[in-house]
Amino acid sequence: MKKLKSVVELKQFREELLAERKGIKKSIAVCEGTGCHAYKSSAVADAFEKELKQRGLDAGIAVRRTGCHGFCERGPMAKIFPQKIFYFQVKPEDVAEIVESTLLSDKLVERLLFFDEKTGKRCACQDEIPFYKLQDQVVFGNNFLISPKHIEDYMAAGGYSALARALSTMTPLDVLEEVKKSGLRGRGGGGFPAGLKWDTTRNAPGEPKYVIVNADEGDPGAYMDRSLLEGNPHSVLEGLMLGAYAVGSNQGFIYVRQEYSIAIENLPIAIEQAKQLGLLGENILGTGFSFDVTIHQGAGAFVSGESSALMSAIEGRVGEPRPKYIRTAVRGLWDKPSNLNNVETWANVPLIINNGSDWFRSLGTQGSKGTKIFSLVGKVKCTGLVEVPMGVTLRQIVYDIGGGIRNDRKFKAVQTGGPSGGCIPEQYLDLPVDFDELSKVGSMMGSGGLIVMDEDTCMVDVAKYFTNFLAQESCGKCVPCREGLRQMKRILQNITRGKGAEADLNTLEELGAFMKEASLCALGQTAANPVLSTLRYFRNEYEAHVLHGQCPARVCRDLIVFYIDPLKCTACGTCRKQCPTDAISGDKKLVHIIDQEKCIKCGTCFQVCPARFSAVSRLPGGPAPAPVAYGTTVVQKAKGESR
Amino acid sequence: MKTVTLKINGLEVSAREGASVLDAARAAGFDIPTLCSHEELEPAGVCRFCMVEITRGTKSRLVASCVYPVENGLEVQTESDRVKKIRRMLIELLLPVAPSGPIGALAKRYGVEKSRFELDNPGQAPANCSLCGLCVRYCEQIGGGDAVGFLGRGVSRKVALMPDKGDECVFCRKCYSICNSGRFVEMAEVFPDQP
Ligand SMILES: Cc1cc2nc3c(=O)[nH]c(=O)nc-3n(C[C@H](O)[C@H](O)[C@H](O)COP(=O)(O)O)c2cc1C
Repeated sequence: MKKLKSVVELKQFREELLAERKGIKKSIAVCEGTGCHAYKSSAVADAFEKELKQRGLDAGIAVRRTGCHGFCERGPMAKIFPQKIFYFQVKPEDVAEIVESTLLSDKLVERLLFFDEKTGKRCACQDEIPFYKLQDQVVFGNNFLISPKHIEDYMAAGGYSALARALSTMTPLDVLEEVKKSGLRGRGGGGFPAGLKWDTTRNAPGEPKYVIVNADEGDPGAYMDRSLLEGNPHSVLEGLMLGAYAVGSNQGFIYVRQEYSIAIENLPIAIEQAKQLGLLGENILGTGFSFDVTIHQGAGAFVSGESSALMSAIEGRVGEPRPKYIRTAVRGLWDKPSNLNNVETWANVPLIINNGSDWFRSLGTQGSKGTKIFSLVGKVKCTGLVEVPMGVTLRQIVYDIGGGIRNDRKFKAVQTGGPSGGCIPEQYLDLPVDFDELSKVGSMMGSGGLIVMDEDTCMVDVAKYFTNFLAQESCGKCVPCREGLRQMKRILQNITRGKGAEADLNTLEELGAFMKEASLCALGQTAANPVLSTLRYFRNEYEAHVLHGQCPARVCRDLIVFYIDPLKCTACGTCRKQCPTDAISGDKKLVHIIDQEKCIKCGTCFQVCPARFSAVSRLPGGPAPAPVAYGTTVVQKAKGESR
Repeated sequence: MKTVTLKINGLEVSAREGASVLDAARAAGFDIPTLCSHEELEPAGVCRFCMVEITRGTKSRLVASCVYPVENGLEVQTESDRVKKIRRMLIELLLPVAPSGPIGALAKRYGVEKSRFELDNPGQAPANCSLCGLCVRYCEQIGGGDAVGFLGRGVSRKVALMPDKGDECVFCRKCYSICNSGRFVEMAEVFPDQP
């Protein structure tokens, strides 16, 4: 690759690329994102390459190894262009047939298409698949078109045109103004207006100034930043460079967690290729603007994602938040003005510069513009990464995109915002999802985690899970966060074990309010959210635990009780034989009985009791109904009579 | 030297620009309790006892006064109800963890008779350490080594003599005397090799 010395040369380079690719009429995008990679999608891509070569088709049909396509549970995925036909769970053995049918004779391989349960039909194209239909993949969509290891793909898709445009036709202030006008808010948690933060760094005294990408992404279950960085690293780099130009910085950092192996593999390649093309380094495109970027691998602590902690980590110190009341945008890395934004925030910037702030403002709600990528997981039928315009309702995400609740269970709550987010109940399903609406109901956007919970979820148990996570992931330096979480954790433990008292609920609320006010950083200030939001909407569940010793969702082991209905038991003996603690007694024709003293609540009896008998029930708690006397014979069933 | 004028508990006070609200208040004779502050060390802002209520215009909020710089026109309350509530909760939380140190006296001062909280396991002995970090920070900032440090994070955080940094110890013994709760004397029993 030769260095591009001007904006004109960049344009020429792109035209040459497009001309070279004119002969390619069809292409196959095989997802090699983390999910599909684990399903061995590389073998599928290999098989495509081999098959096309053998048939002499490799000149006209391209195979692209791309980043994540979002519908990870159905991987490995292959998308056929130009028809946008989507094949799921593709195996190397399927490849010859796909080439033969779809690429050579425009026929579909039905069994690999998405099956829509609602209509009973298979969907061929992306736009027909409910999971994708409602999405608007303005940020994520390029993942289909780009192999992250080839800068040419990004360039062919229009990459670096925003940078070229900014450097040649806009002043730094113009760029800043455009981003300000766009209303872009930070995608990493707080939703702080990006333009305002840039402005702060730009105007803060001190040189040099730094720009930083936050790719720490520590929320359990979240992987949108990972997928963007793995699949389209140049979009993040281009955004970062635009930000650097706007705030007057020549040095950037990407703080990425060590566990993100594909991102860590692809990023240096992307940086190297950008350098070779002269898009990074000195005097970029001959415009006088110079910029370099360094990758910093984080050790993976959740708290290191907090801005001041992250900067300490880059400086080589322990990644813990600092107590000062001065923002990192003013005094950050090595006490210099440092503008930190999230991966997704940066990836939006080239789009804004290319399409204009008006375009961006046309997406979303009054206070939250653009789209947001969510990691939709939990008890929905279709899980994965979804990008929707801000303002789409929770119901649309859960039911239309996610396909509704698995196994026809009832919806109970959706947890948003990561570990310090909150649980939103059914009554708010029609809430338009944006920064402000989520805050209003006691949750938050966070970085975009969406965990759907059904009726079999115990909300006290959920609060305990997130509280335990935060108790371990807090840095532990300030008393309110550390000791507050220690006590919350202990109280929740007691409640789920049937040792709670009504007064505990008030203590939890008091602790929550205290932690919010007194903690040193945002981790502690928001750490009570899981407890406070579940107490707010699901207090009855807490009360059932502390007042009646019951877990209504039948989750908390120390409370629930297994019981064999003497009228239904047929003495088949299955439960008795499989009980790991020999807690079940019975014999031929004798009603089986559970010894509650010996029962460890593993639920085996409940699972193995044949469905046609369904004699074992799982009760929410309280004392078990008195067992029948040992020796009671089973009720005889007349032939043909149902029970 | 530039000075700044602010109001602390209704009293007009002037302080050097860049000074902390804590220092300004103490210089004016107000007794703000702290565990983690020490005149020889950089402020850490971790014990949160020094939180005070500040008002600017109509907005008021709580800040850790040891790391909050004085500002012209700032109004500070060092013992407002909001502040006292925070301190009482801090005391309640630390009583089970570090009963031997200064918490007892603070409990008296703020009228906390007993704590609602307990250690994780019944019968567990208190660590008697509030993790104020004075020992760690002294070692790092003045002692010149990292012989004393924090191990673990979150609720597992502990102060420890770092096993692999023993040779950085200059035997100043300040970690013994600086400790709020006499815990380092106990640790000396655990590490009898330390001179
Ligand atoms: C405990 C904690 C963890 C955080 N982790 C992340 C993270 O993993 N990624 C991220 O982008 N922001 C994270 N944040 C938010 C950052 O502090 C910061 O606000 C954000 O990176 C700013 O970028 P934005 O304005 O583009 O969102 C975290 C904040 C806290 C308090």
